[in-house]
Amino acid sequence: MRSRHLLGLEGMPAEDINLILDTAISFKEVLSRRIPKVPTLRGMTIVNLFYEPSTRTRISFELAEKRLSADTVNFSASGSSVSKGETLKDTLQNIEAMKIDMVVIRHSAAGSPHYLTTCCQSIVINAGDGAHEHPTQGLLDIFTMREKYGKIDGLKVVIVGDIKHSRVARSNIWGLLTLGAKVSVCGPPTLLPVEMEKFGIKVFDDLDEALDGVDIVNVLRLQRERQQSGLLPSLREYSRYWGITKERLGKLNENFTIMHPGPMNRGVEISSEVAEGTYSVILPQVTNGVAIRMAVLYLLSGGSRKDPTTGGKVDE
Amino acid sequence: MNNEMVLTGAKIVDPVTGYFGPADIHIADHKIFRVDKKKKRASAKGAMNLKGLYLCPGFIDMHVHLREPGREDEETIQSGAEAAVAGGFTAVACMPNTEPALDSAEGIKFVIERARAARARVYPVGAITVGRKGETLAPMLEMADTGAVAFSDDGSGLQNGHLMRRALEYLRAIDLPIISHCEYSDLASGGVMNESFTSTVLGMKGIPPIAEELMVARDIMLAEYTGGRVHIAHVSTCGSVELIRRAKRARVRVTAEATPHHFTLTDELIRSFNTNLKVNPPLRTRKDVDAIKKGLKEGIIDVIATDHAPHSIEEKEMEFDYAPCGMIGLETAIGLVVTELIKKRILSWPEAVAKMTVNPARILNLPGGTFEVGAPADFTVIDPTLEWVVSKDDFRSLSKNSPFIGRKLTGRAVMTIVGGEIVHSLI
Repeated sequence: MRSRHLLGLEGMPAEDINLILDTAISFKEVLSRRIPKVPTLRGMTIVNLFYEPSTRTRISFELAEKRLSADTVNFSASGSSVSKGETLKDTLQNIEAMKIDMVVIRHSAAGSPHYLTTCCQSIVINAGDGAHEHPTQGLLDIFTMREKYGKIDGLKVVIVGDIKHSRVARSNIWGLLTLGAKVSVCGPPTLLPVEMEKFGIKVFDDLDEALDGVDIVNVLRLQRERQQSGLLPSLREYSRYWGITKERLGKLNENFTIMHPGPMNRGVEISSEVAEGTYSVILPQVTNGVAIRMAVLYLLSGGSRKDPTTGGKVDE
Repeated sequence: MNNEMVLTGAKIVDPVTGYFGPADIHIADHKIFRVDKKKKRASAKGAMNLKGLYLCPGFIDMHVHLREPGREDEETIQSGAEAAVAGGFTAVACMPNTEPALDSAEGIKFVIERARAARARVYPVGAITVGRKGETLAPMLEMADTGAVAFSDDGSGLQNGHLMRRALEYLRAIDLPIISHCEYSDLASGGVMNESFTSTVLGMKGIPPIAEELMVARDIMLAEYTGGRVHIAHVSTCGSVELIRRAKRARVRVTAEATPHHFTLTDELIRSFNTNLKVNPPLRTRKDVDAIKKGLKEGIIDVIATDHAPHSIEEKEMEFDYAPCGMIGLETAIGLVVTELIKKRILSWPEAVAKMTVNPARILNLPGGTFEVGAPADFTVIDPTLEWVVSKDDFRSLSKNSPFIGRKLTGRAVMTIVGGEIVHSLI
């Protein structure tokens, strides 16, 4: 890995992304064992610093850490209350004084993990910073795509929904573009941030146009607050024009795939029928999330590619 | 006569006549006594030789925040004046967004009293509305009588169009300007940086250019309608420059300023998440920077002002979203003007100096800014070729929140003279 931390997929070279994906294959095999645990990170201490409520990402990281035999500590607080009390810097430096190796941080403010790297010694993993990046989600999405199609190069992927507030969208875009996919986004104009096309992607507001000839639809969660903040007239209208229902799927390529990072609002951005269709990989995404996070933790801990799933820490 | 001094050997930069050549300046009684352009140079005892340097009328920064009263940990009138003279400014106009706001004659008097011991001249700007709350007009005539030179609710825009109309109308009585911080807060909607591709990449809430431009347009129209005088503070967008251009062509009584950071830096730098780049109005795009430079060149933008906004380390060492807006600017302004505008041939020396001397003086009806006999003996002496690196340790300001730390600049004030007294010297 070229970088000491995992802050985002923007600028991450293809070989690093592929290294993580390849490593995750072995860890996925570990997860299917009768005792799905390896001693790889024994003696390592990882802090999960969650300044934003999160269920699945936190559990996924925690499981990944435990499957690798690391010691884990969880810290949860709300970003706004902390901003009035102890600073992020002080919090982390205090935790660091107790001798830790890695920090997994989820924070509502973009750049928080980047800021931490300037004031601490630990290895930092971004578990979502504002609407900026969510690199492990991006990686697990790409892993899931590669698992099904064998490669990313040339795949046509459309991300549908609240692009503006989505770190998942941004990490997907960067990673997929690096690996040669053709990416587009689609959503109501009020949920599309300005100048999206500068990423080198196509931008649609009409869903049927966006789905035409596409292999993969990655459906984003629509937060109910978007209606209150005046970005949408109603969830009903959203669902009618941008919701993924069975009737919409006709224009997709054969062997298409439906993805969703969760948690889903069934009946809003995705219908239950679609979420549970044979083409849906929503649950495999969750399984792959643990494998990807194991791979990331292992590689950043200093592991080389050899035998990550058997022995102790490689650099010992 | 006391306080006699002769400044010789320098090239003088006269922003009024455009003269840019040798002259001797004779000072007496803290005022300019004589300007001598004859070939034979003074060799009188006590003549100060400024060979190789440029001598300008004292620079005036018409937009600074001195934080006193209220946040004396960040800056005081004293320390702000120290920073001013170190940066080559002999006078500053300080904004009323203190705690409490300068919205009464007492507040203005407080600043003037405090400024007596300061090294630079300090001219207070009074608030337009009580407590800067945008609800009722503050006693502007009383404040003017006490020494306020203009009125502003700077720090945020005056949202209420009716009050802005009344303020402009009311001030016709004394012909002082409103300095307008143009931003509709509902359109800015909690943004932390410019709305652009960079905010899209970073997923940060953006402040669209239109939040500024719409209020610039409103204030221009209100100035035209009322016959009042409006000065647009810290112009940051291409569209604002265009609106002001049209207004000037239509002879509306509008003037405008731009800051060194808005003609130097773009929002792409925020990819570093350096909170010293968080400022209001936000850093914009290359297109906006170019438009501001063009506006300066064409005289659409009359003034260069710093919007010096000190913040403590504690406040700035934060997640970008939570850090306050503002950067200090008094001690880097001249270097940036020389490096970014004069060396790049956007402005000539007399043009650049005019925007920091005679133009702000005229807008605020201040003495100074010229070499006229009888004017206060305020001077800024610049070494035009001196290369230096901005260092945190050199700042006289109590705050260090500058994104220019580490930047190499050309041109620096090497001597500052206020009322015939040398208040800063690197010579």
